[in-house]
Amino acid sequence: MSDRNNAAVVLESQALAKHYAVSTGFLKPKALARALDGVSFTMQAGRTLAVVGESGCGKSTLARQLTMIESPTSGALLVAGADVTHADAARRKQLRQQVQMVFQNPFASLNPRKKIGHALEEPLTINTGLDKAARGEKARAMMARVGLRPEHYERYPHMFSGGQRQRIAIARALMLQPKIVVLDEPVSALDVSIQAQVLNLLMDLQEETQVAYLFISHNLAVVELIADEVLVMYLGKVVERAPKKLLFATPRHPYTQALLASTPRIDARARQQRQVLSGELPSPLAPPSGCAFHKRCPHAVAKCSVETPVLEDLGGGQHVACLRVHELG
Amino acid sequence: MALLEVKDLGVEFGAFRAVDNVSLHVDAGEVLGIVGESGSGKSVTALALMGLIEEPGRVHAQHLRFDGRDLLAMPLKERRALLGKDIAMIFQDPMASLNPCFTVEFQLVETLRIHEGGSRKALRARALELLQQVEIPDAERRLSAYPHQLSGGMSQRVMVAMAIACNPRLLIADEPTTALDVTIQAQMLALLLRLQRERGMALVLITHDLGVVAEIAQRVLVMYAGQVVETSRVPDIFEAPRHPYTEALLSALPEHNIGQRRLRSMSGMVPGAFDRPSGCLLSPRCAYVQPRCRDERPALDGDVGMQARCFYPLAQVSA
Repeated sequence: MSDRNNAAVVLESQALAKHYAVSTGFLKPKALARALDGVSFTMQAGRTLAVVGESGCGKSTLARQLTMIESPTSGALLVAGADVTHADAARRKQLRQQVQMVFQNPFASLNPRKKIGHALEEPLTINTGLDKAARGEKARAMMARVGLRPEHYERYPHMFSGGQRQRIAIARALMLQPKIVVLDEPVSALDVSIQAQVLNLLMDLQEETQVAYLFISHNLAVVELIADEVLVMYLGKVVERAPKKLLFATPRHPYTQALLASTPRIDARARQQRQVLSGELPSPLAPPSGCAFHKRCPHAVAKCSVETPVLEDLGGGQHVACLRVHELG
Repeated sequence: MALLEVKDLGVEFGAFRAVDNVSLHVDAGEVLGIVGESGSGKSVTALALMGLIEEPGRVHAQHLRFDGRDLLAMPLKERRALLGKDIAMIFQDPMASLNPCFTVEFQLVETLRIHEGGSRKALRARALELLQQVEIPDAERRLSAYPHQLSGGMSQRVMVAMAIACNPRLLIADEPTTALDVTIQAQMLALLLRLQRERGMALVLITHDLGVVAEIAQRVLVMYAGQVVETSRVPDIFEAPRHPYTEALLSALPEHNIGQRRLRSMSGMVPGAFDRPSGCLLSPRCAYVQPRCRDERPALDGDVGMQARCFYPLAQVSA
């Protein structure tokens, strides 16, 4: 933990926002969905930032901005010190190599018609001038590092299990030696025993290469294991941001508390008083006024539906966006 | 007497044994958890109970008794009258389980009309009442909604409403919360438990999530590659698992590795259709494997209620 402040910052997001215009019907005015609404954080080499939240909270939108698949509506994104938002196409292509992605479903993310060797070499073919022999050598070296056997080079994706496919996807993401890998629910499609193998692999690779992970997950147990810092999102906004230990020991935002209490636990002592949240995530097209969480919050009072809370530094790196954070303690 | 008693259930697809001599029983008003990884045969077991295995799958069992009557021996018509009424099931993907072409009301009323009958007005009132029981807000309006207008959580509530429409005595829930977010999962589990208690209904919960089982089941069946490898009570199984597979599953959980540098993981994977070992099915992956395990297949052994399929079950005190 001592290197937290001096580890190199590899990515910085400043009030990043992405709004989508959504059609509401023929000849009707378009509605604005604020999928991502002013999200700020930094990522450091060799560290893992976890993003937690339910479907529709903006996790995947965030991933699409970071990987430069889309351009943010406002805010700034700096990758390795370079501003992505105002970069031209050539520069963006260059910067894209720094941010790679691993998707949730390894059955959909690999092209069934391409051999594993081809899939691994493709990033090199597009982005480097390496010849065929050099590409093959790099691909085989990477396969060995993620625990695939040399004979797998000539095989097709359907010949692999889910866990092995996820290894292939991870290998592909690391081919260009990126500084940042965005992992979008990388283990949620895997069985428990395979999940453990893949998580161990991710941790090993991070230690070797000092790559920074943005780890998107809804599984808090996995996050507690792998993350250094956690970002809790609700309806496009960060409601709590804290170092892992603080977040799990003393969650301060009612939504974080509810998420933790909702996670099923095996150990009866670790189980918290089940406090079932009522209702579901509201539509981002018509977010509630004031604090977006107030309709489901057990502690909501009148002002919560009027004032919009902003992230407040509570010390120790813990930031919470709640109007009643001091009263609730 | 047990409400459901299954003896030596086998399901085969060609030469592949998806379910291999599974025996289980469920008492009235009990919550039984069935856990296992993909390919362990837990869903196929449930489908076989519901008579939903189609050609070329083959189902056989010594008996498959519900309330003292053998489901496999009774005429098909009788069995159909029982399924959906006394035994109901909900599936993993709520979005795919509802028919997208019909309203919620139509689909709910269909179940009621087939099993109970009544006037249109009475059926509609009953459907409304069911939606209220599963805590769907604004139930009246939801009756005329189509499935695409509902969220995942709402769709699963509708599925539960359909399943409990005819007051089943046994509800089989196959991964009922896997597709849902964690706060919605908590709501759904609370709902299922409330309905189970209020109605004295037996609940078979199929899941891969050991945490869910620990919180709501009274007994557990652990399945691996088509076989039951351990059966035990909650929380005993979590404190002192007897089968090495159960132990390995538990120790691979992130929850049990907090503060460790790496997770304790089991090497290899569940054997598929063509690479099942000749001895104990776990032998290639087992940490405690002995020569005997590679040649012979162990039987489910132990006291009633606490059995393990292992030649060398783990000591009771280990954890």
